[in-house]
Amino acid sequence: MKRSVLSTLLALAILLMALPLWAITAETYTLSNGLKVILKEEGKAPVVTFQVWYRVGSRNEILGWTGLSHLLEHMMFKGTSKYGKGEFSRIVAKNGGTENAFTAQDFTGYFENLSSDRVWLSLDLESDRMENLLIDAKEFQLERDVVKEERRLRTEDDPKSYLIEQMYGVTFLTHPYHSPVIGWMEDLNRLTPEDLQRHYRTYYRPNNATLVVVGDIDPKSLISRIRESFEKIPRGPDPPAPFSTEPPQKGERRILVKREAQLPFVFLGYRVPNFRDPDAFPLEVLATLLSSGKSSRLYRSLVYEKKIALDTGGEYDPMMADPELFYFYGMTQPDQAPETLEKALYEAIEKLKTQAVSDKELQKAKNQIEAQFIFGQDSNFFQAMQIGTAESIGAGVAYLTTYLDNIRKVTPQDVMGVAQKYLHEDNRTVGILIPLKPEQ
Amino acid sequence: MDFHPETRSQKLPPLFLIYGIALWTVLLWLSPAWAGHIVIERWTTRNGITLLLVERHSLPMVQVEVLLKAGSVFDPEDKAGLANLTAELLAEGTSSRSATQIAEEIDFIGASLSASADLDYTSVSLRVLKKDINAGFDLLSDILTHPAFAPEEVERNRELVLGGLMAEKDEPGIVAGKVFDKLLFGAHPYHRPVEGLEETVPRIQRADITAFHKDYYRPNNTIMAIVGDTKKEEVQELVKKYLGAWGMGKIPSLQIPTPPKPTAPKLEIIDKDLTQANILLGHLGIERANPDFYALVVMNYILGGGGFSSRLLTVIRENQGLAYSVQSGYDARYYPGSFTVSLQTKNATANTAIHEVLTQMQQIRSTPVADHELDEAKSYLMGSFPLRMDTNAKMARLLSHVEYFKLGLDYFDHYPRYIQAVTKADILRVAKKYLDPERFILVAVARQKEAKIKLNR
Repeated sequence: MKRSVLSTLLALAILLMALPLWAITAETYTLSNGLKVILKEEGKAPVVTFQVWYRVGSRNEILGWTGLSHLLEHMMFKGTSKYGKGEFSRIVAKNGGTENAFTAQDFTGYFENLSSDRVWLSLDLESDRMENLLIDAKEFQLERDVVKEERRLRTEDDPKSYLIEQMYGVTFLTHPYHSPVIGWMEDLNRLTPEDLQRHYRTYYRPNNATLVVVGDIDPKSLISRIRESFEKIPRGPDPPAPFSTEPPQKGERRILVKREAQLPFVFLGYRVPNFRDPDAFPLEVLATLLSSGKSSRLYRSLVYEKKIALDTGGEYDPMMADPELFYFYGMTQPDQAPETLEKALYEAIEKLKTQAVSDKELQKAKNQIEAQFIFGQDSNFFQAMQIGTAESIGAGVAYLTTYLDNIRKVTPQDVMGVAQKYLHEDNRTVGILIPLKPEQ
Repeated sequence: MDFHPETRSQKLPPLFLIYGIALWTVLLWLSPAWAGHIVIERWTTRNGITLLLVERHSLPMVQVEVLLKAGSVFDPEDKAGLANLTAELLAEGTSSRSATQIAEEIDFIGASLSASADLDYTSVSLRVLKKDINAGFDLLSDILTHPAFAPEEVERNRELVLGGLMAEKDEPGIVAGKVFDKLLFGAHPYHRPVEGLEETVPRIQRADITAFHKDYYRPNNTIMAIVGDTKKEEVQELVKKYLGAWGMGKIPSLQIPTPPKPTAPKLEIIDKDLTQANILLGHLGIERANPDFYALVVMNYILGGGGFSSRLLTVIRENQGLAYSVQSGYDARYYPGSFTVSLQTKNATANTAIHEVLTQMQQIRSTPVADHELDEAKSYLMGSFPLRMDTNAKMARLLSHVEYFKLGLDYFDHYPRYIQAVTKADILRVAKKYLDPERFILVAVARQKEAKIKLNR
C-alpha cells in the first residue's frame, strides 16, 4: 500500500492514454515557421498547463538505435548555453511550478504546470531548448546510466513488462512498434552523443511540433507572446517519414517467457486499426463492455464467477499513429493454470461474435464512456494531453469534437462485426509467462 | 500525509506506453482548479457524521470521500487483514442487493464506488454525475450501512486477497517495505501490512467481519467530504434520507504499544535474482500532529523530497547516474510513521548509493542549508499548494484529511504561512532531531552475491 511507485506510474500512463475524449473549443494557429499552436481557455483557476509536443518517438527509430527519443528527452534537461544543467527544473520549481516530460511510440512531450502569471517562464525555457540544446559527452554518459537503471526497474526486473516487451517483438516484425520505447539494453549501450545530436536536429523543429496551452489564459495576448518567443526559430527540413509498414499476419504467433515469478500471466494481442478506421468506435465500446467496472464481462466471468483470474481486462487505444493492438490480459489465481485462463478469455471473445449485446449493456458502455468524458474535464493537464496526442498522431482536434457522437451511433451489430473481423485466431499473438521457482 | 508520495499498490492493466523522466506520482493531474480562498461548509448531523462541503459548479459531477476511523491498526494481531477484508466486502452485496446488482447499478450510471483500508482509516469514494446523485447516495449508504458479508463473498474475497499477497512478491519495493515495517514497528500495529499476512487472512471469520463493521462503521466515527456540483441543502436532504437512520455506537478504544528504540543499525537482505538492488533505509518518523511537521516538510524537500531540486537526486542521479528514482519522505500518520529513503540501483553500485544517502543525512544535520535552497524549497511548497487540490477528487480527499488530522478549516489559508515561517535554524534543529544516520534500518531486495551490501561505511 505504499512505496509502490511503479504500478502507479503504469496506472496513470494508461489512464492518460486510454480515456475517451470530449467536444472542445480551442483556438488553433500556425506560425510562419510551421509551429502549430492550440490554446484553450479554462478560466476556473489562475493556473495553466503549457505543453510542447514533438512528433517523434520510438516509431521514428530503427533497430540498433532504439531508445534514442527517450534518451533525448532526458537530455533536454541538461542545459543550453543560456541555462545550465538542472537550471530548467530549478527555475520552474522555485516559481511554484512542476514540470516533466514523457516519451511514447508516436511523440515526445514536455510540460510545465504553473500559475498563469508565470507562463512567460515556459515561453522562455521551451523556446530556448527547442533550438539550443547542448549535448555534453559526460552528461550523456551519466544520463544513459540513469536510463539503464530505469530499464532495469521497469522491464528487466518486472516479469510482466518483460513478457509484454517480447510480445510486441513478435507481433510487429518490421514496424518500429516492434521495439520498446525505452530501447533495448544493447542499443542503449551503443548510442553516442552524435546519434542524439542528429536526432535532435532532425526532429526538434518548429514545423515538427505542437504547442498546447490549457488554463486561465487570454488566447489573443498569449498568441502574440508565443509568436515573439517561437517565431524566430527557423523552420527545418521536414523530417523523414518513418518506416512504418507491417506485413499481414497469417496465423497465430505464440511465445513463452520462463523466469522466476509468482503467478502465470497471459497476454493476447490482436492487430486492429487505429483512429483512421471507423471500426475504432465499436472497438472502443467493445473494450468498455469487456473491462470497465466490476459488471464488465471479463471481471464478471473470470474473476467473479469462474475464479480463474486475480485480475483481467481487454484494452484498446485507437489514438496511435499506426494500427496497433487490442489486447487482453489476465493474471491467474494461485491454483489456476494459464491454459484455463487463456481458454476462458477465448470463450468471452467467441460469445461476442455469436450473440449480439443487449441494448441495455450497450447503453451501459456508452454511459460509462460519456461519464468518463465529463470526469476527464476536471483536469487542464488531461485536456492538454488529449489535444497533444490527437495532433501528434495526425487525428487532429476535430477528431475529439465528433468523438462522442460517433460512440453514440455504435449498434450491437457493429460490435459483433468488429469482434468477428479482428478477434480471431489467425490475427493474434499469445504471450504467456511461466513462473519458475527461485534457484536455491 | 503531506509529503510521502503515498500510493496504493494496484492491480492494473500491464501495458505502459509512456516513459517519463521521473517521479510521475507527484506530477500527474496537477492541473489546476483552484487558487485563493476556499469556502468550506462544515456541520455535524444528528447522528454524528461530520460533513464538509466545497461547491464547485464548473462540471456536472460530484465527488464524495467518506473516511471511517476503521483502519488496520484496529485489527487483532492474529487476524491482520480484517479491516481490509471488511472494506473489500462492502460493495459485494447488501441486505437488499447482490454483488452483481451493485456492480450493474454503479456501472450503468458511469459512476465509480470503491472502498479501501489504510493503516489508520478506511475510505469509501464515490464519483458520480450530478444527475445521478440520488442513485449514488442510495448505493453509497447501502454498502456502508447494510453490507451482507455473505459467506460465499467472504471466501471469494479472501482468495483474492491471498492471491494479491502472492502476486506482490514480484514487486521488490513492496517486499522491502513489508520487511522494513516489521523491523521498524515491533509490536506497534503499523508493523502489519494492511492486507494482512498469509497466515492471518485465513483465520478471519465472518463473525469477526460483522463485529468489526458493527464496532467501527458508525456515523459518529465518520467524516464525509463532498466536492462538486451540489449545494448544502441538497446534501443535507440526501444525508438525512439515506444515512439518517444509521445508528450511533460506542467506538472501542485502542491501546497502542510503542515501537522499539533501536541502539544500532540493522541490516536485512532479501536475496533475489534481480538486476537491481531495491533499497529502503530509514527509521521512525513523526505523527501528523507533531508541531515540527512543517519544518520537516521543508527539510525533507531539500534532502530528498523535492524531485530534481533535492540533494539526494542531484548527488545520486544527476552527478553519478546511479539511479532513476531516489526519494525520501516522512510518512506522517495518526501515530508516528516511518522516515524512509528509497532507491533502486544496479547491484554493483548498491553500497556506493547507500553511502551517499548516509552522507547526505549526516550533512544536512551538521551544516545549515544554503539560503537559496531554503528560499527555493519554500517558494515551491507555497506556490504549488493549489496544485494539490486542483481536481474534485484531490480536494475531497484533502478535506477529509484536514478533518481527520484536525488541521482546522483555516488550514488552506495557514499552510503557506507555516511554510514561510520555517528558518535555517529550524531545519538544522529538526534534521538533528528527526534524522539518524547511526541507528537506521536498511532493507535491500537484491542479488547479494553481486551487491555485497554491508553496514560499515
